Amino acid sequence: MSLKYEDVIAKYEPVLGLEVHVELGTASKMFCGCNTIFGAEPNTQTCPVCLGLPGALPVVNEKAIEYTIMIGLALNCSIAPFSRFARKNYFYPDMPKNFQTSQYDEPICVNGFLDVEIDSNEGIKKFRVEVERVHMEEDTGKSLHVGGATGRIHGADYSLLDYNRAGIPLVEIVTKIVPGTGKYAPEVARAYVAELRDILRSLNVSDVKMEQGSLRCDANVSLRLIGSDVLGTRSETKNVNSLRSVERAVRGEMIRHAELLNKGERVVQETRHFQEDTGLTRSGRSKEQAEDYRYFPEPDLVPIVPDATWIETMRAALPEKPSIHRKRLQEAWAVPDKEMASMINADVLEIVEATVILGADPTKARGWWLGEIARIANEKEVAATDLPITPKDVAEIVALVATGDLTDKLARQVIEAVIAGEGRPSEVIEKRGIKVVSDDGALMAAIKKAISTQPDVAEKVRGGNVPAAGALIGAVMKETKGQADAAKVRELLLKHLGQ
Amino acid sequence: MAGISRDDVANLARLARIDMTPAELDHLASELGVILNAVARVQEVAGQNVPPTSHPLPLQNVYRKDEVVPSLTPEAALSAAPASEAQRFKVPKILGEEA
Ligand SMILES: [Zn+2]
Repeated sequence: MSLKYEDVIAKYEPVLGLEVHVELGTASKMFCGCNTIFGAEPNTQTCPVCLGLPGALPVVNEKAIEYTIMIGLALNCSIAPFSRFARKNYFYPDMPKNFQTSQYDEPICVNGFLDVEIDSNEGIKKFRVEVERVHMEEDTGKSLHVGGATGRIHGADYSLLDYNRAGIPLVEIVTKIVPGTGKYAPEVARAYVAELRDILRSLNVSDVKMEQGSLRCDANVSLRLIGSDVLGTRSETKNVNSLRSVERAVRGEMIRHAELLNKGERVVQETRHFQEDTGLTRSGRSKEQAEDYRYFPEPDLVPIVPDATWIETMRAALPEKPSIHRKRLQEAWAVPDKEMASMINADVLEIVEATVILGADPTKARGWWLGEIARIANEKEVAATDLPITPKDVAEIVALVATGDLTDKLARQVIEAVIAGEGRPSEVIEKRGIKVVSDDGALMAAIKKAISTQPDVAEKVRGGNVPAAGALIGAVMKETKGQADAAKVRELLLKHLGQ
Repeated sequence: MAGISRDDVANLARLARIDMTPAELDHLASELGVILNAVARVQEVAGQNVPPTSHPLPLQNVYRKDEVVPSLTPEAALSAAPASEAQRFKVPKILGEEA
């Protein structure tokens, strides 16, 4: 039986630190001209430079520097007037060079911050997350462990390496420790990653797809006794590849640490891997043993000394901040705070916006994404945005409801069918023969039938009890299998009963 | 003094998966120590006002445009690999010693 979260936070104060890796959306790799297409056939995007063959000379991709500086500026960082690459030496086959080109003590951006908001039952709470550094490096290759437990390192007989990803520009964004989050640490972690993702997306520097690994979060968590200033030992959880997982991983680690500490055991400083299915973490390689990076300045790459005017041009061209963009949307759509927070929390704001851009009414678009679609997403335990239904589909459905070609009830059926893979809304409607019954004759027949089975109710309505008509309308809707327009039924029914 | 201990060498050998005998460790520790000390002597020449450098040439900001150039074919890429399978480089199991 695991410890309750409330018991953890009653005794301990969490200390949070987050490292986010983001693959930049450049066309070519960081130090060579190889392509960066996701999902290409193995080892079709490699060359002597990214394979680390002798004599190969890396040259920095200018776009990657530009993107990194943009990220730094958007995170309120100072841009270093002089920075260098360093070799991070390690012996692990995911880098064929036996080192990763990274930055060490001279990162390109330092000392920034990002303000985040969380929606709690105490209202909207604001936290400032300070950014220690933003530095450039390159991604590693992909390992496939064969034998033993599938996909796992431990117990594998051998490993197969695909170096397509090795050398793709990667930016690491490291926060300072985030103090004072208290019980909200899991939500703050999630809000930070979400806000960062939105910023990166607005800058158009990455496709920020957590499920494809172009945005990855490592969550560092430690606990200290409330009132104590002695920091606890931290664990670093990797492999956290959705916003929901960020929150779960932090909460799970807090509970795990508290259980160890309560038993008088010690937390081991180590890398842990998040398990999507259980929400728990599993011990990875032990850091103290594996680390001896022996960083030194990369002799094959010259220093980066960005021109001040270049930096200022980039600063001036920064897009609207997501937080400001959200405020503008909220005003334009006239959405109450609470509803806005629900959309952000459900991570549907962007997709609602896309639906509105395609012509849907904001309230209706929001209603479907937060309602029926969110419900199905919940049932399937995936994000609403990952369901196979697009803003275009929803805009089409909203339009059909507006013209009276679909009722809300039929629209729900169409949404379910689209998600079930039956095709686009128009195809579903065609195939299933979904049609609003608006033919007065057919509706009147159903109305008369309803009246004859519930004569007492009809009498009440005749007598002026209009709300009682609901039961009759319900019967008509049932009779027409939900294909009737409820407003039309009501109108005809009341008229027929002399109201 | 730079220097390198026998333990440092043993640890690096372990990380690099190079099997070394105790005699080799003794030998390398002293040999690497000599090399490091020789390099360290160069530092004594530099005065206080000479900043450490990583590059002999006064170059900075050498960039390439973000343009894709053809990669090697997978056959060429894998041609120097000691072993391959499924168009991937095949390597001994990783971290098996810690399992
Ligand atoms: Zn390459």
